[in-house]
Amino acid sequence: MESWRKNKLAFSVLVLPPTAWLVIFFTVPLLIMWVYSFAERGPQGQIYLAVNFANYARAIEWIHLGIIWKSVWVAAISTAITFAVGFPLAMGIAFAPTRWKNLLLLLVILPFWTNLLIRTYAWIAVLRTRGFLNFGLEWLHDEFSAFFALIGLPDVMGEFQALELLYNQKAVVIGLVYVYLPFLVLPIYATLEKLNKSYLEASLDLGAGHWRTLFSVTMPLAMPGVVSGCLLAFILSMGTFLTPALLGGTDSEMIGNLIARQFSSSRDWPFGSALSFLLLYLTFIILWVRASMASRKRGPI
Amino acid sequence: MVDNTIISIRDVVKRFGSSVLAVNNVSLDIKQGEFFALLGPSGCGKTTLLRILAGFETPSEGQVLIDGDDMERVEPNKRPVNMVFQSYAVFPHMTVRQNVAYGLRVVGTPKPEIDQRVQESLSLVQLEELADRKPDELSGGQRQRVALARALVKHPKVLLLDEPLSALDAKLREQMQIELVHLQQTVGITFVIVTHDQNEALSMADRVAVMNGGNVLQVASPTELYEYPNCRFVADFIGKMNLFDGQVVGVKEGQVVVRADAITAHIGDISVPFGDEARGKVGIAIRPEKVKLDGEEPKDMPIRVRAKVVEVVYYGNESHVFLQSTSGAKITANIKNTSRNTHAGIVKGDQLWVSWCPQDTLVLTS
Amino acid sequence: MGGTFFFLYFPIVSLIAFSFNDSKRNITWQGFTLRYYEKAFENSQLHDAFLNSLTVAGVSTTVSTIFGTMLGLSLYRFRFPAQGPFEGMVHLPIVIPEICMAVAMVAFFFTVEMPLGLTTITVSHIAFSIPFVAVVIRARMAGFEQSLEEASYDLGANQWQTFWNVTFPYMKPGMVAGALLAFTLSLDDFVITFFTSGPGSTTFPIKIYSMVRFSVTPEVNAASTVLIVLTLALTAVALVIQSRSQRKIDHG
Repeated sequence: MESWRKNKLAFSVLVLPPTAWLVIFFTVPLLIMWVYSFAERGPQGQIYLAVNFANYARAIEWIHLGIIWKSVWVAAISTAITFAVGFPLAMGIAFAPTRWKNLLLLLVILPFWTNLLIRTYAWIAVLRTRGFLNFGLEWLHDEFSAFFALIGLPDVMGEFQALELLYNQKAVVIGLVYVYLPFLVLPIYATLEKLNKSYLEASLDLGAGHWRTLFSVTMPLAMPGVVSGCLLAFILSMGTFLTPALLGGTDSEMIGNLIARQFSSSRDWPFGSALSFLLLYLTFIILWVRASMASRKRGPI
Repeated sequence: MVDNTIISIRDVVKRFGSSVLAVNNVSLDIKQGEFFALLGPSGCGKTTLLRILAGFETPSEGQVLIDGDDMERVEPNKRPVNMVFQSYAVFPHMTVRQNVAYGLRVVGTPKPEIDQRVQESLSLVQLEELADRKPDELSGGQRQRVALARALVKHPKVLLLDEPLSALDAKLREQMQIELVHLQQTVGITFVIVTHDQNEALSMADRVAVMNGGNVLQVASPTELYEYPNCRFVADFIGKMNLFDGQVVGVKEGQVVVRADAITAHIGDISVPFGDEARGKVGIAIRPEKVKLDGEEPKDMPIRVRAKVVEVVYYGNESHVFLQSTSGAKITANIKNTSRNTHAGIVKGDQLWVSWCPQDTLVLTS
Repeated sequence: MGGTFFFLYFPIVSLIAFSFNDSKRNITWQGFTLRYYEKAFENSQLHDAFLNSLTVAGVSTTVSTIFGTMLGLSLYRFRFPAQGPFEGMVHLPIVIPEICMAVAMVAFFFTVEMPLGLTTITVSHIAFSIPFVAVVIRARMAGFEQSLEEASYDLGANQWQTFWNVTFPYMKPGMVAGALLAFTLSLDDFVITFFTSGPGSTTFPIKIYSMVRFSVTPEVNAASTVLIVLTLALTAVALVIQSRSQRKIDHG
């Protein structure tokens, strides 16, 4: 690192063009949205610039607060499930034989490189009424019915009733877990990978069992990665738009969809901007918590 | 300035920020064709001084002349010196030949001349065979040769070497020490080497500057440095040394009379040859290998102390005997194991006489 | 672990498998066919959307790779005032929820009266890709041994020669990785594209979105499979290039 003063020409040539692009096409848009968030909506969706907090006040009205609360709740549940699925996976990879490790890691990252929309769409195909899952269940049902008929039992199974798996809250949670699993697994894997295996051996050597070692040694040492991964999954889930839009029903709207609605059908940009900034502030708070925890523990991020 | 001075460092000060003083008012003259070493512990300012010569650091104060030219505002790429980096800094994406040719190519040397000089340089360091290899196919020692060839091909007036041997293992290091000296004698270029290893400095250099805390403490030939260190730091840093606090009580005809409670309690004040003026508190020093051990009191030795053996450490060719005098002073004696039985005589707990000659004794005034 | 991997791959694999299924209702396996690929390729709307996506991704990758490299390089190299806040601003597009950036872009383009279309999509893609490229370049440069540059100066090269002969060759694999990342990000992006697109600027993900909202068809499966294969191929190329350059340079 050298001081920019030493080479002002090179510094300006390198820094100014990309910075200008980011300021004009990122910072300025955010600022405009910030200004809009204090504006008033006209009867046809016009925007009258003003300085009032009515939009923010509306955001914490009961009906909207419900959606915000639901977003946080859905994000929390998804994160918890993602952790329950992801932590054993991260551990499995970290403690796998070296030659398997890279392959397993690749298998986790690969879906991450596949289009988000397609991954979500794949779940529609799996979960819908005439989807792969229901079809599988129907097949099982028919086999059992045939079996019961064969051994002379009356038709206790009845007609097959397809499960309503899609367009509800559960589908959204499944989709979120699926989409953000790699984001949680990778930070945890990174901490476990760096963790000195001799700590675990020492614990086992000193007489602790495998479960005891897991809870008293492995988990605390992996904490920085766990916190980092969970917060990441939480932020991403909370700000999601696509997953509820595709997999959710009318009652599964989250903040992202509420914001989107203000910018499309509702045409209430000021209110949408205010909501958007509330989501941003929430994200910043979580990121700040994550950063301060990381710097305090001096653990990997 | 003497005619054959190639580098002249005058009152150079280097500050980093407002608090760190890396080089503190250093003045040095390095002669044409000399193998010169800057020796000191890490953080003593030796590397900063070398980087000032190369042009990577600008002195806060003072002046550097190379072959009579003031180097102020002369960029590193315009200086008549070249450097061998501690990490070698061999370009990983170029072959050995491309690495060596690089310095000629960038200044537009004609192709035939480049080819010829690269060939000469490669043969100088015996790397012709490996000319088309990439650095990752070379050993540490070979990479170091590439770094040397790459610098020497530029025919610099001075070659700067920053801890060139520190990345090599012990055996290879010894071999490279000899090779570097031969190389320097062959090309006749002034070498300035930075090292923290006293053996390296003593065995290779014609002259050594010992540095500590940004200051040059002593500039001398290796023998002079070892036998006549001018201060406690140099005495202690170069080799091992027994050091005692003493007090000058008188001066007579090139000798000083010293009282040092730790060793003179039994025999009274001692006279030690000393040319300069000395007054007040001094350090009395004797090298461990110049100390004799006897069972009976050696009445003919003017300096003798009764001491108990605390520990004996055996090193094969010699043994280090750690003793404590009756007055509590710690003394180390290195005994050459010149016959199989030399070592056997001394065991922990023995009461012995430690003695040495006044001529071998050093008086350290600072 | 097996169950988790099943969970990760079952949806995608069945989607790919059923794109070859010779059945319109797409539930039971009726035999292998490429019929739906033909259909997808003949669908001119899908075709145009795909070309639009490639155009946007191509331009966005070129610009964001250049700008991101410049930014990553200067973050690696220079100390300057307000560096912390500046880095915060640079990393913001990576961390903020996509929907927030999407609606902010809409608000911006509306305010400056820029009609929504391929241009606005591309401009937004460049904005969110620059930070990703910068992060990749910076990570790459973190392993760079600074004494290589000093050695180059020492041997008589000027700044320009040193950059092209020493720094740039080291940085190149990072640029390739960054470019591939930018390309995939642009090709994959749905949310921001959806909001910044206008009439006649339908990209591939948007077209798929409008198709899947109505029904699941083998044709969509086929089109999705093409996109999956394309991104995976690009990822594979990136991995190969990275591991090869790792071998080449890190052992230097």
